[in-house]
Amino acid sequence: MSARERILAKLRASEKFGERVEPDVASWFAGHRRVESGAEKAARFRHCIELAHAEVYNVNRGSWLQKLWEVLAAKEITRLLVSPGTEHGQRAMSGLADNDIECRGYDEAIEQWKDEMFHQTPASLTTARAAIAETGTLVLWPDADEPRLMSLVPPVHIVLLDASKIYNTFYEAIQQEGWKDSLPTNALLISGPSKTADIQVTLAYGAHGPKELIVLLLGEEA
Amino acid sequence: MNAPLPEHALQFMPSAGFRARSKEVVENPFLRKSFRGAMDFLIDKRITQFPDKEELESLRTLGEHIRQYNLGKLPDILEQLETRLTENGVHVHWAETPEEANAIILGICHKHSAKLMVKGKSMVSEEIELNHAAEAAGIDAMESDMGEYIVQLAGEKPSHIIMPAIHKTKEEIAKLFYEKVPGIDYTDNVDALIQIGRNVLREKFLVADIGLSGVNFAVAETGTLCLVENEGNGRMSTTVPPVHIAITGIEKIVEKLEHVPPLLSLLTRSATGQNISTYFNMISGPRKSHEKDGPTEVHLVLLDNGRSQAYADEQLRKTLQCIRCGACMNHCPVYTRIGGHAYGTTYPGPIGKIISPHMLGLEATATMATASSLCGACGEVCPVKIPIPDLLMRLREESFTAPHENPAMRGQGAGYSALVTGIWRGWAFVYRSPFWYRTVTWLGSRFGWLMPSKQGPWTTVRVPLKPAPKRLRDMLKERG
Repeated sequence: MSARERILAKLRASEKFGERVEPDVASWFAGHRRVESGAEKAARFRHCIELAHAEVYNVNRGSWLQKLWEVLAAKEITRLLVSPGTEHGQRAMSGLADNDIECRGYDEAIEQWKDEMFHQTPASLTTARAAIAETGTLVLWPDADEPRLMSLVPPVHIVLLDASKIYNTFYEAIQQEGWKDSLPTNALLISGPSKTADIQVTLAYGAHGPKELIVLLLGEEA
Repeated sequence: MNAPLPEHALQFMPSAGFRARSKEVVENPFLRKSFRGAMDFLIDKRITQFPDKEELESLRTLGEHIRQYNLGKLPDILEQLETRLTENGVHVHWAETPEEANAIILGICHKHSAKLMVKGKSMVSEEIELNHAAEAAGIDAMESDMGEYIVQLAGEKPSHIIMPAIHKTKEEIAKLFYEKVPGIDYTDNVDALIQIGRNVLREKFLVADIGLSGVNFAVAETGTLCLVENEGNGRMSTTVPPVHIAITGIEKIVEKLEHVPPLLSLLTRSATGQNISTYFNMISGPRKSHEKDGPTEVHLVLLDNGRSQAYADEQLRKTLQCIRCGACMNHCPVYTRIGGHAYGTTYPGPIGKIISPHMLGLEATATMATASSLCGACGEVCPVKIPIPDLLMRLREESFTAPHENPAMRGQGAGYSALVTGIWRGWAFVYRSPFWYRTVTWLGSRFGWLMPSKQGPWTTVRVPLKPAPKRLRDMLKERG
């Protein structure tokens, strides 16, 4: 018998007892929070992610590129990693070129430019698929256009978030978007810049991932 | 299982070293201060995350239900997980023992001629002593969680499952870095120290052949491995190297994705008092052909190592509900005073006391369950309501009763002593019989002066015990 068969046989021999009734997760969450308006959720999201040390700016479809440039200029960043396969990536590439910001497109497999990614990529721009108000969390589903490392290696990560895509809870996001039938190879919840409290419980940012997380919150106003 | 041989009954256990190690910590004011301070900090952080007691209780009840339900279906959902992961392109391996798990992991390393393995935080990899096995096989296994990195640099082991270097002051870490990291200036600034660790480890992520991680939850219906972390080293380890190997105990499986949000909320709030961790990383497969990064090969090692023994007993099975938040140790008066190393096991504190005997056998852990005042704090804070004090009582019984046929645990009776059991039997007899009770207490009141002045461990810190010259019944009689 293989280890697999032996382990399963031992477990099967003990199936005589155990909880059989399925937990009712839905009803717990139904009573968890009242229905909130879009503005309330956006405000809650902002409050929570700011507590986790992220910077949030309210922008709209016309103004986000200007704000992006301001953020980069204020941080004296002159190189930005973008996705050439997305609309916002292309807008950033064309809009920032005249403003002394060099845009690097993630257009080849990481093996071709790993060293450059790690050593010469100070910032990146991605979108978020959605967000969670309760915990101040961005939901990212990296794909071929916006691969996983864009939100991990550059020290400054800038995220475009559509304010209309903020869910109240993680559970709501999973249910309403039908995640169980559509998960990508890697789905991510990101709730602030990288941090650690491993030295004497003293909080320090920028442990291994981005040191700064900037959210451009796309809404109607602002 | 055969009954243990009688000669096992009175053998000394490795856990005997527990007393000496505890004493060392208790006598070290610096260590005591760091543990006390850190635990108080974590207790406060947790309580601010649960302002609504009703919500906390209903969420704990839900968490307990989810864990018990999934344990009830464990063999089925393990098979479902394997099927879904395989469909997703993940290789699934099964290991009964730490040796088997190491052989599987090192086999994968050899296949890829790996020289360097970077490790995200994984207590299961500590449980199987992977770093030693890798070293013996000529593979450099490098810890990348800041706490684990510090502990590895110091040649030590984690003293807490969530905060591995909690026993070290920043000055000690500053000195350690200055001695061990080439080309840096001395600093005890925490931000600067973290930046040093970041810079060293980024170069390792860049060139590592293998990334190893643990798993917080594995979702059967989707074939997804979930990792909870704040630093980003878990994401680095699972994304940058060409091969990712995850290892987990067989108990950490949930059937449905919807089971994850309540457990995640309980985990991060109970562990570090965060409403959520910085990263929640859900991995459902290797890089697809059109994708530009991520590992091209993903493996999952499912480890038993005694868990199926706990599974076989209705009460002991509750041990496997654990989601490894560490709240029980943060709230434990014993852990707070003696720290994590004193236990001498991978998992310290209350959860360590109830899970280690299944991994190591009671022969090696017979006295662990006695290092408790049974104050009940661990059971009260447990986010999935494991009745830890009841389990401690049960383990005491398993350890100290005479070895018998068909024991529920390996090493049952390992702590049994005929003398001690005889003394307790005599005690019980005297207390059951009014005649003998009167006689023995009368003898005590007359011959108390015969009590020795040295009474073993009792008199090392206390005055000798001496029966009172007058019994309560005598005094009551005098008062009429």
